[in-house]
Amino acid sequence: VTDLQPDLRHRPSDDRQATALPPDLNARELARWSWRQLTSMRTALVLLLLLALASIPGSVIPQENIDSLAVSQWRDNHPRLAPIWDRLDLFNVYGSVWFSAIYILLMISLVGCIIPRLFVYARAARARPPKAPRHLSRLPESTSYTTDEAPEVVLDRAAKALRRKRFRVDAGDDSVDAERGHLREAGNLVFHLAVIVVLVGVAVGSLFGYKGGVIMLNGEDYGFSNNLTQYDDFAPGALFDPDVMEPFSFSITDFEVEWLTEGERAGMAREFVAELAYETEPGGETKAYDLRVNHPLSIGGTDVFLIGHGYAPVITIRDGDGEVAYSGPSVFLPTNAQTFESFGVIKAPDASPAQIGLEGTFYPTFAMGRDADGNLTMPASVFGDAFDPLVSLFVYTGDLGLDDGTPASVYVLDKAKATQVVEDDGQPFRMDLRPGDTVTLPDDLGTVSFDGLQRWNKIQVSRSPGKMVALAGVVLALLGLLGSLFIRPRRLWVRARRQDDGTTLVEVARLDRSSAGDPEDGAAEMDDVVAALQGRTTKEDES
Amino acid sequence: VTDEWWEVFSYRGVIGAAVLYFLAMLAYFFELAGLRSAPKEEQEGAVGAQAVLVAPPRTAVAARLGLVLTGFAVAVHLAALVARGLAADPNRVPWGNMYEFTISGTFVVALIFVLSTLRIDIEWLGPLVTTFVVAALMAAFLGLDDTVLPLPDALNSPWLVIHVVAAVISTGAFTVGALLSGLYLAKARSTSTTGYLARVPDLKVLDRLSYRMHAFGFPVWTFAVLITGPIWAHQAWGAYWNWDPKEVWAFITWVVYAAYLHARATAGWRGRNAALLALVGAATLWFNFIGINFFSSSSQHSYAEGAAPETSVVVGLAGPVEAAEEVGVVVGSDHART
Repeated sequence: VTDLQPDLRHRPSDDRQATALPPDLNARELARWSWRQLTSMRTALVLLLLLALASIPGSVIPQENIDSLAVSQWRDNHPRLAPIWDRLDLFNVYGSVWFSAIYILLMISLVGCIIPRLFVYARAARARPPKAPRHLSRLPESTSYTTDEAPEVVLDRAAKALRRKRFRVDAGDDSVDAERGHLREAGNLVFHLAVIVVLVGVAVGSLFGYKGGVIMLNGEDYGFSNNLTQYDDFAPGALFDPDVMEPFSFSITDFEVEWLTEGERAGMAREFVAELAYETEPGGETKAYDLRVNHPLSIGGTDVFLIGHGYAPVITIRDGDGEVAYSGPSVFLPTNAQTFESFGVIKAPDASPAQIGLEGTFYPTFAMGRDADGNLTMPASVFGDAFDPLVSLFVYTGDLGLDDGTPASVYVLDKAKATQVVEDDGQPFRMDLRPGDTVTLPDDLGTVSFDGLQRWNKIQVSRSPGKMVALAGVVLALLGLLGSLFIRPRRLWVRARRQDDGTTLVEVARLDRSSAGDPEDGAAEMDDVVAALQGRTTKEDES
Repeated sequence: VTDEWWEVFSYRGVIGAAVLYFLAMLAYFFELAGLRSAPKEEQEGAVGAQAVLVAPPRTAVAARLGLVLTGFAVAVHLAALVARGLAADPNRVPWGNMYEFTISGTFVVALIFVLSTLRIDIEWLGPLVTTFVVAALMAAFLGLDDTVLPLPDALNSPWLVIHVVAAVISTGAFTVGALLSGLYLAKARSTSTTGYLARVPDLKVLDRLSYRMHAFGFPVWTFAVLITGPIWAHQAWGAYWNWDPKEVWAFITWVVYAAYLHARATAGWRGRNAALLALVGAATLWFNFIGINFFSSSSQHSYAEGAAPETSVVVGLAGPVEAAEEVGVVVGSDHART
């Protein structure tokens, strides 16, 4: 009767829950007890739910590595809470100690649970079907009939029929014992092992991989070659080795974008295409690639993505002596994702008599906003495409803070020691330039010209080495999952005995061992087996 | 036939389907009322509280009518979905925004129900399914109505079809599973021997059916969230997992349903505890679809833009960089989050 115990469902780890803490623990017993607790099913469940719970803060609190700007805004808005959040790692939930602790414990629990089960399975996988219990009619699913055929004939036919149905079959004295669906537990084990494979893949990616971004002006003059110095931002993994960086280089020869000008969808941009000219190694053949959203360029194990775009007005500054103090495109960063109103800074530290700094706004399609009464209010960009470009700049002079050698952002003007250039009436001097315009600065500082418009693209380069391992792991996990959910392990017994009146009593019983066996399916299988025993065919056999 | 024509056709189709679902719901309610007022002898004729009550002919007709109307509604619903895709220029799958996801998700819920009636005895779920679908469609019209827009570049990918089909199918299965689990909890508390709760099958059957819906939904959800999602994310955003709020919640949903299956398979949590876990899973699923949009504006799942709070700047994706230098516009993922 012990055979009837669903021993696979009753896994060793289940027993551990019942283990009470012994009264006197030495270190070894404590360790053993802790290990049992950790690897118990209930602990695994609690850890799973904890993992779900622990993921929540990261979805509602801005995260440093996802949206650092939002984090700094949040810090400004909540000066009291921010230090507490910082201490709790709430701006970096998925890299925090407590989040890691949960998933590492979960992994240990998983390994501790899986390894013993592997051994159990290794034994069970080769095990023969258990002998038929004495009273088949006591099983929940059983049936019987009498026939004139000899028991041997019936049993022989039963063994053949069950083998055909891919049961594992043993012949007993007066019975046939059959079992099917061993692969359910295999699927289960594959699923859990695959989770570990996925984590290994993800870990390899985050340890050895890197992700970097660069803003690149369009044009063959502005190339990028894949080494550390060329990046604007760079996020390497902890064990990243610069030697693995593939030595490719590229430039953006052209960038095209389609702006919708009519209908409800007006103002929306689509079909971004950055035409790349790239070489996979120095001196190699130059190839072309149309870099688009959803179509990254893969070079070796590295992928190149088109992430963003914007405008770079070409500005020339001549100083008081008439010398060119600055000339070229300057990257302006969009402050509005739809109209591409952009903010930028231009610095001319070598101008004489004084350094010149420009700061202002670029409007791709300039218009003056109107308030409800129709009065002109704020200048604005009304469209993302450059229909009527205008750059509006304020001027600063004096010490721009570039001389002491401390690194300064090219997107920020240090106004600490600089003075703003003002009109005679004390209002800040502002110039509005359209392409081709030149404005003379007050105080003989020089002139500023808006020569034309360039475009830039933000390109992301990333290398995540373990990604195929992770993908293979998930696919494997899915296959294992399907097995563990839909393979139904069950046992089936057929017993045939000669009765006193010379007829043969045939008993058939079935035991479904899965967690959600369907009585109708079970009954159908029973009918099928009985039909086969009686030499009838059923629909299932024909199909 | 113009795009506008298709758009109007689609709106009318959804309204028509909603009306049909509503009529089906009325038919089911009529049937329930008929059962409630059935002669007492007839009910006592059945053995025990769990037994299936024998319906008088008129109520049986009402039940039949409910199912037929639901079937018609599903057909009209499908036509409206196809028309929605044809209304876009260029033509596309109807999965560009919340309104479209809602009408697709409710379609799958109704379809799963109708298909299930062909194979298993589940017609008694009709009143709940039609009520849910009518309510969701009304919400879609009131709260999510949206004009047909072309897809942003980031959505324009074959993965849209694969990823979203899988997500919508599993959402439908989980939703039906949640209805069954809710029914389980209601029936477990009820002692009534008449009315709807007495008519639905016994707790064991509810538990098993609910499990089967979840067992079907979970691998599909795994495929959507952990296979196609990361592959597409890698192509569109440059990293296969970004801890984007929608990703986080999809992961949370996955973990909760994993816990549900795990609890059932190994810890022997059947019935009440399992049903509660299933409802928690459904709550995270629907919160991810609607709720998270109100809490987080940084999601790159741009279809959710309608509900997102105002932000002036869309921030570039790449790594931890100084805030000022990090301001770069995300190509194509969004056009109007401001």
